[in-house]
Amino acid sequence: MTHSKEKLLEVNNLKKHFKLNRQDILKAVDGVTFDIYKGETFGLVGESGCGKSTVGRTILRLYEATDGEVKFRGEDVHAIKSKKRLKKFNQSMQMIFQDPYASLNPRMTVKDIIAEGMDIHQLTKNNKERIKRVNALLETVGLNSEHGNRYPHEFSGGQRQRIGIARALAVNPDFIVADEPISALDVSIQAQVVNLLKRLQKEHGLTYLFIAHDLSMVKHISDRVGVMYLGKMAEIAPSDTLYKEPLHPYTKALLSAIPLPDPKVERTRERIILEGDLPSPVNPPSGCRFRTRCPLAMDICRKVEPQFKEYKKDHWVACHLYDGKNNKLS
Amino acid sequence: MKKILEVNDLSISFDTYNAEVKAVRGVTFHLNEKETLAIVGESGSGKSVTAQSIMQLIPMPPGKFVGGSIIFNGEDLTQKSEKQMENIRGKEISMIFQDPMTSLNPTMTIGKQIAESLIKHQNMSKKAAHQRGVELLKLVGIPNPDVRINQYPHQYSGGMRQRAMIAIALACNPKILIADEPTTALDVTIQAQILDLMRDLQQKTGTAIIMITHDLGVVANIAHRVAVMYGGKVVETGTVDEIFYNPRHPYTWGLLGSMPKLDQNKDEELQAIPGSPPDLANPPKGCPFVARCPYAMKVCKDHMPEYTKLSDTQKTACWLLDERAPKVDIPETAVVGGTKVHDSF
Repeated sequence: MTHSKEKLLEVNNLKKHFKLNRQDILKAVDGVTFDIYKGETFGLVGESGCGKSTVGRTILRLYEATDGEVKFRGEDVHAIKSKKRLKKFNQSMQMIFQDPYASLNPRMTVKDIIAEGMDIHQLTKNNKERIKRVNALLETVGLNSEHGNRYPHEFSGGQRQRIGIARALAVNPDFIVADEPISALDVSIQAQVVNLLKRLQKEHGLTYLFIAHDLSMVKHISDRVGVMYLGKMAEIAPSDTLYKEPLHPYTKALLSAIPLPDPKVERTRERIILEGDLPSPVNPPSGCRFRTRCPLAMDICRKVEPQFKEYKKDHWVACHLYDGKNNKLS
Repeated sequence: MKKILEVNDLSISFDTYNAEVKAVRGVTFHLNEKETLAIVGESGSGKSVTAQSIMQLIPMPPGKFVGGSIIFNGEDLTQKSEKQMENIRGKEISMIFQDPMTSLNPTMTIGKQIAESLIKHQNMSKKAAHQRGVELLKLVGIPNPDVRINQYPHQYSGGMRQRAMIAIALACNPKILIADEPTTALDVTIQAQILDLMRDLQQKTGTAIIMITHDLGVVANIAHRVAVMYGGKVVETGTVDEIFYNPRHPYTWGLLGSMPKLDQNKDEELQAIPGSPPDLANPPKGCPFVARCPYAMKVCKDHMPEYTKLSDTQKTACWLLDERAPKVDIPETAVVGGTKVHDSF
């Protein structure tokens, strides 16, 4: 997919810490830096608990950032004070949630769910126009106008996710954060929703932040992919590059763990299997956070935290193996 | 190969406020000794109900046994009393579930939960059961088993809970292990660990496994044979190679086509199956897939196709295989093979 190199969103050293009690602080996101260009899909992957959803939510200011900045079209999102400016900003960024059952108000009709954003931002002049716009949106996402008068419980998971997408589109946003939009759906329905998201992107020139743990789907939909581990970014690369030449040992292990629908390949595969579980983000390991599970960990990994650097063009990685001195694996 | 379990023409319904939902409609399959059979299908296809009815875990009512038989060790499990089933569950056939947090008892230590079945089925003393519990935790790869055994489920991580579940299920050396989406709630890296563990344990203990899943990657990884379910019926069954390299049912084609391949061109659309699964309160008279099938013919609507035997192991229920039907080749999107992987540092 072609996209301009114009930055729509810049995330600089973003941190989000949650205070658990007097002593403990959960560092969900601990210094993440990346850009999203206009018109692209940026995929964000990682295991549960790595902070990928928190990044998405902090960008939208659903959480206040602990430190760092999020710039949307050059304006710092977390510095906006005036209610009016914030409302304008809210209109340009929308979110699609993971659970299509929990994210739609069961007591509102689909029509009102979709129109809620339009009402708040006063996008329609009268009721006639409102209905017309809702019907158009329903059709865009593959439902029909008759569905508008029903309630969420009358729909299947895939249909509900379409309603969630229509709601996000209602205010004409430029940027959509899709937080695991397909994880709760069946395989055959996942493909429908992914095709819909791709089509809408083309038609409306949308930019996506696509958060997921399913790496094969992320590769299919994203232009660039960022891999997170324990609140930090481990690697960022164009999606083809990431899958063909992953650099970070964690990325390699993650790719190797995907079971492929090809029995002959599966039978002969020598996969890299990571030992153990994700360490607690309350008390992360010193130095490189991945070192406790990394099969290639060296002495330096325990002492020094690796820098997030551009190793090749557009290919960023935070790992001591690519420091130059220890550069034997490239 | 000896058959260890045979399910014949099984039908289960549920009475609901609105109507009778025919969740399983005449399902027939078998399980050989020491093999892994994967049952694949989307939510509502009847795969979990089939598995639970083998264990006689369907609450009746609202569940209703409509017909068929489940033969294990020459005896029909559907005819057994609750008391007789208690001697089979956990001892001969055990089950692990999707969500290890809700299926473990939060108020009992892991050790007690393992010991439960050992004390009941094998008349072990508490001390011997504890000892065996430590061995089992070691077997499923839990570090520090003698400390971990006295801990509660909330002190375990998701992957470890699933390992503990497997330890409980394997405590009495069952002949059959039914795994209902055991890795769906886990991360890929943990999923790879658990699948490896299951394969390893099968080699050690010779337990036959029924693996229920919707993930074709998991199927390719672990299964020897596959049964594809749709709308309460088995539409196609065969060895794992037959299902992936020579699928003959349009639903299997659809499933294979809707998975993105790692080497697929990004501009290509995924081959989604249009529409949604049939309403089983009012199931279609003919083939359950007719409404979503791009090859549907007149006959499909009113008549359920018989199974066509394609090999000793592969059976497919589709009218396209009838000699009067037009020849249809496997669509390109469903062709599997030649996936390149990079599994090294």
